[in-house]
Amino acid sequence: MAILQTFLMRAVYAVILLMAVLVLNFSMMHLAPGDVADTISQSMGGADQEILDQIRADYGLDQPFIVQLGRYMGNVLRFDLGYSFFYNTPVTELILQRLPATLLLVFTAQILALLIGVLLGVISARKPNGIMSHFVTILALFGYSAPVFWTGILLLIGFSLKIQIFPVAGMQDVTIDGGFWVHLVDIARHLVLPVITLGSIFLALYSRLARATMMEVLGSDYVRTAKAKGLTEREVVYKHALKNSLSPVITLAGLQFSAVISGAVLVEAVFSWPGLGTLAFQSIIARDTPTILGILFFSALVVIVGNLLTDLALRLVDPRVRGKG
Amino acid sequence: MKRLVKSLAMATALTASFATFSQAEEPKKGGTLITVLGSNVRNLNSAVQSGIVTGFPGAQLFASPLRYDENWDPQPYLAKSWDISDDGLTVTLNLVDNAKFHDGTPLTSEDVAFSVEVIKANHPFKSMFAPVESVDTPDAHTAVLNLSKPHPALMLAMSGQLMSIIPKHIYGDGEITDVKTHARNNENVVGSGPFKLTEFKNGEHVILERFDDFFIEGRPYLDKVVMRIITDPAARAIAYENGELHMGAFESLPRIINRLKKVDSLTVTPDGYGAIGPIDWLAMNTTKGPLADVRVRKAIAYAVDKNFIHKALMQGTANDSTSGIHPDSPFYVAQEGYDVDLEKSAALLDEAGFPVKDGSRMSLTIDFGWPGVKPQVEYVKAALKKVDIDVEVRASADFPTWAKKMGTMDFDMSWDTVFNWGDPVIGVHRTYDSTNIAKGVWSNTQGYSNARVDELMAMAAVEGDDAKRKALYAEFQQIIADELPVYHTNTLPYHTVYNDKVGNPPLGIWGTSTPIDMTYLKE
Repeated sequence: MAILQTFLMRAVYAVILLMAVLVLNFSMMHLAPGDVADTISQSMGGADQEILDQIRADYGLDQPFIVQLGRYMGNVLRFDLGYSFFYNTPVTELILQRLPATLLLVFTAQILALLIGVLLGVISARKPNGIMSHFVTILALFGYSAPVFWTGILLLIGFSLKIQIFPVAGMQDVTIDGGFWVHLVDIARHLVLPVITLGSIFLALYSRLARATMMEVLGSDYVRTAKAKGLTEREVVYKHALKNSLSPVITLAGLQFSAVISGAVLVEAVFSWPGLGTLAFQSIIARDTPTILGILFFSALVVIVGNLLTDLALRLVDPRVRGKG
Repeated sequence: MKRLVKSLAMATALTASFATFSQAEEPKKGGTLITVLGSNVRNLNSAVQSGIVTGFPGAQLFASPLRYDENWDPQPYLAKSWDISDDGLTVTLNLVDNAKFHDGTPLTSEDVAFSVEVIKANHPFKSMFAPVESVDTPDAHTAVLNLSKPHPALMLAMSGQLMSIIPKHIYGDGEITDVKTHARNNENVVGSGPFKLTEFKNGEHVILERFDDFFIEGRPYLDKVVMRIITDPAARAIAYENGELHMGAFESLPRIINRLKKVDSLTVTPDGYGAIGPIDWLAMNTTKGPLADVRVRKAIAYAVDKNFIHKALMQGTANDSTSGIHPDSPFYVAQEGYDVDLEKSAALLDEAGFPVKDGSRMSLTIDFGWPGVKPQVEYVKAALKKVDIDVEVRASADFPTWAKKMGTMDFDMSWDTVFNWGDPVIGVHRTYDSTNIAKGVWSNTQGYSNARVDELMAMAAVEGDDAKRKALYAEFQQIIADELPVYHTNTLPYHTVYNDKVGNPPLGIWGTSTPIDMTYLKE
C-alpha cells in the first residue's frame, strides 16, 4: 500500500509539474523579442506588412498575453496541444513523427554506453595503475571534453568520406527497395556514427563513475570477507562488488535519460537525424510556441517516467531503498 | 494591334533550342535524382509560401504560366502564348489545352483566376499582383488579367515559383485566406507540374515521382526526385563528395565552396541565381544620429574595403554588387565604387562636424542577424576604427530578435542580405520606398526617403517600354549609390553543386525555383 500511495503522490506532483513547465515556458517564450510571424517572413524572403498582421491575427498573437495563455492552457487541459504555427501541422502529430527516431538513437547510445562503460570501469578499477585504467581515463577525458559536433564531423570525414562505409546523413536510404530486414540493416548502418558520437559522452560518464565506485567497494570489508571465504577474484568482482557499485551508475543513467532531447540536439543536427532534438531546436529559433511547449510537455513526461523507472531499478538492485517505501 | 504576340511554332522552336544547347548528347530517361534542401520545408504550396526552400519542390509540383531562358526572355510554359494590350492594361494568357492536374482533372482558366486570387490574398509579395483587378475567363483555355495600371513586372511574376497554378477544385473548398493553412499544402498536394508528391516527411525528405500525364510530351526525364533535408553544410559537403547527393543548390559558405571546387567529380557554379538575386549590404539607419548625414555614410563607405570582403572574407566566391539590383539582372548598371580612401573618409567626417575628440569621432552600433555574417561585422568594426569611429557589435540571439530590431529601426548599422525576387518592383523597391518605412524586416528599415527615388520607382513600375524602364532604373541606381541608405558590398555567394552524372542541371535565371523537367541522369 505504501508503494501505491507513493506513486499516487508522484502522479499528482507530476501533473502540477507539467502545468508549471507549460506556464513558465509560455511566459518565457512571450518575453523573447520577435515572434513566429518574423520567422515565417524569413522563410518566405520577406513579407508585406499586411500579410504579417494577418498571420498574427490568425494565430491570436495580437491578443493580450493572459488571453493567449488562458487559451493555450484550456486546450492542453482538453489534451489538445494545438497546431504548429510554423508547420501548420498538429503538434502531437509532429512530435509523434519525430519521437521514434530520437528514442532509437538515445536508447541505443545509452544502453551501449552503460554496458561498455560499466565493463570498462570495472576492468580499470581492478588494476588502477594498469594500461587499461589509463586508457579509460583518457577515453573519459576525451568523451567528456570533445564537442559533439566536432566528434561527429570527424567521424563523418573518417568513415563517410575517406573510408566510405557509413552514410552521411538521415535515418534511412529511401532509394533502397527491400523487405523488413533490408530496411533494418539500412537503419542500423545509419545509426552507427550518431550512436558512437552520442554514446561517447555517456560512456565517459559511466566508465568514470563505475571505476570510482568499484574502487571504493573493492576496498570495503565485505569484499575482504568474500575473498577470505575463498571465492575467486571473478566471483568477488562480478557477483558481490558489482551489484553494490551499480546504484550510483543507475541513478546517473536515470538522470541522463531525462536529457533525452537536450543531449541529442547537436548529434541530430550534425547527422540530420530526423528526431525531436532538431525539431526542438528549429522550433525555438522559429518562435513556434505550440511546438516547443508540446516538446517540453513530452520531455517533462519522459523525465517523470524516467525517474519512476530509475526508482524501480534501484529497488531491484539495492534492498536498502526498498525499505524506505 | 498587339504589341507582343508569340506564335506557338516560334515558341516551341525556342524552347527546343534552349533545351539542347548546353549539351550535345541526348538526354537519358529514367533514374532517381538525389538532391537536397538546406532547411526544413514549412509548406509545399508555393502559391502561398514563398522562399527558396519551398521554391524547389513547389516548382516541380506546380506549373506556372511562363518560364524564362538564360537571356531573361519569357518562354511558354502553361501559357503557350500571351498578349499584352497596347495600353498595357490587359494581359491575355492562351493556355495549353492538354494540361492536367495530378488527379487527372484538366487545368482550365478557372484555375488561373482562382490562383491569382489566392496569391493576391496570401502570398507575401503583394506587389506582384496588386494591380491585377480581375481575371476574365472567356473560355476554358483563355485567361484575361485586367490591370488597374500597366505592370511590366507581371511577366517575371508569372514565372518560376512566383505564380503557381493550383487546382480550384482542391484548394477552393474554404475561404480564400484559409488556403495558406490548407491541409493539402503538405500532404496529397495536387498540381500540374512535371512531378507529383509521393511523400513529405517533415525534417527528413520530400519524395517526388514522374507525372506521366505532364503536358509537355516526353518530359520529365527523371523517374523520381528525392529531396533530402540536410541542414548542416559540412554534412552536405561530404555527401556531395562521396556521391550520396547528385546535386544541391544555395551553398553559401566560401570555405566549403572552394573545397568542393577541388573535387574532380563535382561542378560548382554561381550560375542560376540572377532572378532570385541575393545581395549583401551594410544597412545604415538614415533617420538618427550621425548616419543621418550622407557625408558620414560616405565616409564609412570610403573606410570599408570591399576588396577585403571579396578576397579575404568571401575568398573569391562572391561578386561585387554596387546598386541594389543584382549584377545578373538586365536592369543592373554598375556604379562607381568607393575605393578605400581613409584621408577622404576623415575629411568627410571633419566636414560633417565630427572631429576626433579623445581619440574618437563617434560611437555607433552594428547588428547582425545570423552567425554567418559575423566576420563582415567584425571587419567593419576594425575598418572604422581606422577613421576613429568606435563600433559596438551587437549580436542577436536569433533571427526574430534581430528582425525586431530592424523592423522597429532600433539600430545604427546592420549587415543584411536581401533578395531581388525577379523584377525590381518585387524585391528592390521595398528597401527604398518612403511609404514602406519600418514595416517589418526587409522593408525600408533604413528610413530612407527621397522624392525623386519614389518618383523613379513609380514610373518604372508602369513603364512598358524596356529601354525607358532601364533608363529609369539606371538613374535610380545612381542616386542610391550616391546617397547610400545601404552600402552595397557583394552578391551572396550562392553556388550550385552537381556531380558528373547530372545532365542539364537547373542553371537558368530562376535556378532550382523552376521545373527540372529537362534535367537527367547520365547513367
